[in-house]
Amino acid sequence: MNQHTSIKAATGWRRWVYTTNHKDIGTLYLWFSLIMFFTGGLMAMIIRAELFQPGLQLVEPNFFNQMTTVHGLIMVFGAVMPAFTGLANWMVPLMIGAPDMALPRMNNWSFWILPFAFLILLSSLFMPGGGPNFGWTFYAPLSTTYSNDNTAFFVFAIHIMGISSIMGAINVIVTITNMRAPGMTWMKLPMFVWTMLITAFLLIMVMPVLAGTVTMVLTDKYFGTSFFDASGGGDPVMFQHLFWFFGHPEVYIMILPAFGIISTIIPTFSRKKLFGYHSMVYATVSIAFLSFIVWAHHMFTTGMPLAGELFFMYSTMIISVPTGVKVFNWIATLWRGSITFEVPMLFALAFIVLFTIGGMSGLMLAITPADFQYHDTYFVVAHFHYVLVTGAVFSIMAATYYWIPKWTGNMFHEGLAKTHFWLSLVSVNILFFPMHFVGLAGMPRRIPDYALQFADFNALISIGGFAFGLSQILFVVVIVKCIRGGKKAKANVWEDAEGLEWEVPSPAPLHTFSTAPTIK
Amino acid sequence: MIRSLMLSVFLFAVSSMSMAGVSAFNMRKGVTDTSHQVYNLHMIIFLVCCLIAVVVFGFMFWALLKHRKSKGAKAANFHESTKIEILWTIAPILILVLMAIPATKVLISMEDNSEAQMTIMVTGSQWKWHYRYIEDDISFYSLLKTSDDEIDNKVEKQEHYLLDVDKPLVIPIHTKIKFLLTSDDVIHSWWVPDFSLKKDAVPGFINEIWTNVNDAGTYRGQCAELCGVAHGFMPIVVVALEQDEYKTWLADQLKQKAILIEKEKQSVGETLSLEQLMAIGEQVYVERCAACHQADGKGMSGIFPALAGSKIANVAGDYKTHIDIVLNGKSGTAMQAFKNQLSLVELAGVITYERNAFGNTTGDVIQAEVIQLILNPVQQDSQSSVQSTDQMPEQSKEGVKQ
Repeated sequence: MNQHTSIKAATGWRRWVYTTNHKDIGTLYLWFSLIMFFTGGLMAMIIRAELFQPGLQLVEPNFFNQMTTVHGLIMVFGAVMPAFTGLANWMVPLMIGAPDMALPRMNNWSFWILPFAFLILLSSLFMPGGGPNFGWTFYAPLSTTYSNDNTAFFVFAIHIMGISSIMGAINVIVTITNMRAPGMTWMKLPMFVWTMLITAFLLIMVMPVLAGTVTMVLTDKYFGTSFFDASGGGDPVMFQHLFWFFGHPEVYIMILPAFGIISTIIPTFSRKKLFGYHSMVYATVSIAFLSFIVWAHHMFTTGMPLAGELFFMYSTMIISVPTGVKVFNWIATLWRGSITFEVPMLFALAFIVLFTIGGMSGLMLAITPADFQYHDTYFVVAHFHYVLVTGAVFSIMAATYYWIPKWTGNMFHEGLAKTHFWLSLVSVNILFFPMHFVGLAGMPRRIPDYALQFADFNALISIGGFAFGLSQILFVVVIVKCIRGGKKAKANVWEDAEGLEWEVPSPAPLHTFSTAPTIK
Repeated sequence: MIRSLMLSVFLFAVSSMSMAGVSAFNMRKGVTDTSHQVYNLHMIIFLVCCLIAVVVFGFMFWALLKHRKSKGAKAANFHESTKIEILWTIAPILILVLMAIPATKVLISMEDNSEAQMTIMVTGSQWKWHYRYIEDDISFYSLLKTSDDEIDNKVEKQEHYLLDVDKPLVIPIHTKIKFLLTSDDVIHSWWVPDFSLKKDAVPGFINEIWTNVNDAGTYRGQCAELCGVAHGFMPIVVVALEQDEYKTWLADQLKQKAILIEKEKQSVGETLSLEQLMAIGEQVYVERCAACHQADGKGMSGIFPALAGSKIANVAGDYKTHIDIVLNGKSGTAMQAFKNQLSLVELAGVITYERNAFGNTTGDVIQAEVIQLILNPVQQDSQSSVQSTDQMPEQSKEGVKQ
């Protein structure tokens, strides 16, 4: 480590491109995620603008389909996943008392291939024929025989994102397994570290499946194979099995770290220990395990045997047990605490309520006979936006507000941040709550135009969408202001926050824990 | 605030429960026993979720109100209670079991396809539905009726905007009908909310579902699986008739079918002028071809090839390949086979149109007879050579391969 500090640190662009420092790479991931969040958000604005009224006003259906597809891909692979990797990069070494990630050069590489993946993906939007237009789920044969000529760009972009994720995951696992400070036993690991560890295992297990699936799409389209083509002996439904075998654990990849964040923030501002640390760890492990045996609940309408439908219905319903354990734990932590409402806490509390709503619509979707009605409608769109936006994204915002004083050394502007929270909370519900109604009333998802009875709610949804989108500009303002200056933050930013990250000064110096701390 | 939100949702749901039929907020009850069961199941789970939400959020908001620092709350120091943790693991499991029992029952009855009284084959293709009544040997395509002008906001939208078709599926009530679902190209999903029926139409595979409708009426649905550019524009309309009315309808259909076959026979002998064929062709082109190849014949670069100035459509006298692609489609692409979808005159018209519109200058005039000869080069007058819209007998399909 001393070697490091004696070398003159790179400055300017070299600092960021050559960096092997976990904090710098974490920062890169987080900025990248923010840029992608706005890029995907812009696409959502285009979608909502087109859907503001019945009829086609702004875009062609083909472009609309490209927007829904790329919006989904960018938000999943570009916004949410890199944000968690960024948080893990910044916080995991600080939380376990390690000087850096275990594999710093690989860390650099796993970030720096990511922008190229998205350049490839986004550039295809400007090529003749346009970008991917078959939904982020890219069901065959729509994505093979019937897709446009640029599908290869989509496939390679996914490959690169996958490689990046796998390398990031390896780094997290190796770091947590090998670099914990002396005395930091498994059952002393902070919850966020636990959830990142389990998430990393999920990533390593499912990303190769996704890579295999896109490769089969590639060879089906360009090299004459028939994996998903019945006329050549293949099966289009097999695509969906492969995709969702990746896709369902992927859902938990995007929510488990959120659980970790909420489990960190709630105790801090309740001034009370997390109620059931052990059961939280076990619940996380159970959810991760169950995530591998529920995938076909995305496919109830594809024509499964009764036994299959029953199995996947029951296994899916069971997931609500460990998830319930988590929610109950948070509430038991709040119970008889000494609660204050700082901005991270506001986002965490909103998370608990709104994620639970998303969880409940998830339980409804698990009931196979009812799912036949809900499937592929806006009810599903409402469900996964509740768990992903007011779930994953809110947790990322909570984490940002919670740790940004540690990152920058400055407190953020609380008034602006609170405004950001309240605007987001109200608009996000105007945006997503009515989607339950239009879905139940029968509006299919992924359509550029709709029947007249859905017009009122769609206008309302669009208004909520624009308001939510614009509110996020405040988020950037708060972040930029906080980087530039503000009240100086103490080492322990929040009164009684627990954790090694609060023992280093704010801002955290480039190199921390060069000598491992001892854990009591 | 959230609680009041939940409460208002609950009230909306309850109020819409009492209303029969369609609600803007809630799932519809529908018109089959199955759809009633599904609706009840949906309401039960929904209400259970609401109750759980009230209890869970009740505790949460109580804590947020009473246990806040500003009210002088001092943090207690309790954690890990095995008793409570077992309780909140077991209780949800019991609730889930109670939910799973009715769900399993409904699911088992929904999957019981036995003893159907009639069978209808439903085939999805980009972007229309095809219905074949297996027992009665009638079949037809069902296409969106909403005009482009309505979609492009040039004229006022009609009541059933995007939910209207030229020819609805007609079925009798009080009859157990089995549907066999498949697709010609990508995966579609046939969905009629009032019957609580949704099943994917998968190319190369056949899925089965059934229904038994209680009330006569017109029921509307849409394709539910993203199937390409015009996914939002392939509605489903089902008209359920009293049984005797259905019999009348069926007899009428069989009569019309005979007339159509006769017409096709005649059309082979007729010679139409370029203008006549162009007029027929333009109409067919706008309805069937323009979604991909575009109204100006320029296609969409990188996805759908242009017809304007193309080698296939714009070389005078060299029309064999052009006819072949229109009749049989082009494998490995989105181009479908139209030989069963259009009549001989329509095929002749649209090919003539494509060869002489969008600046194409072949001057070729393709007559119905030419199409007929290509479709069936061997026998001309025999039974199997008779073509009609989608009524071609199986054996003559064999003869088409060149």
